[in-house]
Amino acid sequence: MNRRRERMCMTTDDADLPGDVSRAWFAAGDGESPADRVRDGDAEAPADWPALAVESGFAADEDDYYATLREATVEATRAEVDERERADDRQLLHAVRAMDDAERVANELAERVSEWAGTLFPDAGTGIEGCRELAERDPDGPAEERVVSLATRVAEIDGESGELEAFIESRAPIAAPNLSALAGPVLAARLISLAGGLETLAKKPSGTLQVLGAEDALFAHLRGHGSSPKHGVIYTHEYVRGTRPEDRGSASRALAGKLTIAARIDHYSGDYRPELEAELDERMRTIRARAEADGGGSE
Amino acid sequence: MTGTDPSLPDGVERREFDGDERLSTRGEPVYGEPTNGEWRAWDAGRSKLGGMLELGMDTGLSGDETVLYLGAANGTTVSHVADFAGPTYAVEFSPRPVRDLLDACEPRPNLFPLLKDARRPETYAHVVEADCDVLVQDVATRGQADVAVRNRRFLADDGRLLLAVKARSEDVAAAPDAVFDEVLSDLRSTYEVLETRPLDRFHEDHLGVVATPR
Repeated sequence: MNRRRERMCMTTDDADLPGDVSRAWFAAGDGESPADRVRDGDAEAPADWPALAVESGFAADEDDYYATLREATVEATRAEVDERERADDRQLLHAVRAMDDAERVANELAERVSEWAGTLFPDAGTGIEGCRELAERDPDGPAEERVVSLATRVAEIDGESGELEAFIESRAPIAAPNLSALAGPVLAARLISLAGGLETLAKKPSGTLQVLGAEDALFAHLRGHGSSPKHGVIYTHEYVRGTRPEDRGSASRALAGKLTIAARIDHYSGDYRPELEAELDERMRTIRARAEADGGGSE
Repeated sequence: MTGTDPSLPDGVERREFDGDERLSTRGEPVYGEPTNGEWRAWDAGRSKLGGMLELGMDTGLSGDETVLYLGAANGTTVSHVADFAGPTYAVEFSPRPVRDLLDACEPRPNLFPLLKDARRPETYAHVVEADCDVLVQDVATRGQADVAVRNRRFLADDGRLLLAVKARSEDVAAAPDAVFDEVLSDLRSTYEVLETRPLDRFHEDHLGVVATPR
């Protein structure tokens, strides 16, 4: 082993094996463990890593190399699985509720700001855009200071709501890959939030998922007032909203059915099944073809 | 010796389990499969590679190979592969099944789990060695031929690709045979296809493919 080490020292500059050792998982930099490198490193092409590791003195021999590799891959994989699963349905539930709160509060405060700002700045705009613009101004006197400061808060809360949405978009596909693929990340998070978690959503019948978010209308209907709601929050999905009104019942039923299956796969298995999306597309083509058959457009 | 079969790699044998002769490998049980002494049954109905071996396809496997396995899922098949092969790299993209895969790795020093996307080989080329003898692919994604083509870089020039094509992952509406034709034609840009066989007896709408780099 010592002889090999010496040889290695003499040949680091002109390695006789092809492959860029500096890319290898075992060529970890300062403050980086081999497991970190397994996780975050990359290389365009593979190389004879076992031989390169022995040549560079990282491993005594091939057996030593594989033992270290196994330790690093298991550690890296376990850590990443733990971390990605922490991005679970609870986090999404809180994030989507926080996003809605932030949006509502920003709009309420923006109204207050417009009303107040109108008395001080005759050219002030309205809404959140107006607040953004006010936040840039130089206040003159204590009253203006308060208005500009409040407008700044509104702009910040609105920015936070955007950040929360970006967070949901990055995490929902991990916590619920199939549901996110079919519903979009934000609607997926909303459904999880309305049901109280992915597990409870997975256990709901499709007819319940279909009207989640339309509880007021549903209970009015059950009390004997009005017709039963055709859709709840899934109304925001293009496949419901973009379908002509007389076919929306069928469209929401088909969509809710697939979303229910997606939620169940996400909860019980967790692997991504692209065929679900294709099946839904196929079903929606059939439903929308009715509009064409009737000679009308989809609106 | 009972159950040796020239078409099977060393370390894979047909043995009796509850009166039935079944494929088996020697190793720690992973998913509650029946055992007979040190041997554990390899269920062809739960494993596409098992199905290919059961149908007698010429996989070229002899035992002790270096293997890159794409789409390891919860480790059912890859645990059997690691029982008879040498260094085995198991790539899987979804975190949840990888939990079970990690359990399968526990008693197997030659099985290396990687939480990576098989469509992006550059994210694991710094770990997986060059010139692997075998590339096993069982991924449920659109563009299965493309995944095989992109991962050609890991395979030795005389290596084997053992691929299970899932028709429904490419297009649920199209006839499986049309899907298979298209996948095979994409595959031929990089591989020479040696043998194909429908796996329907064990897995509906799946095609088993044995190929070698061009």
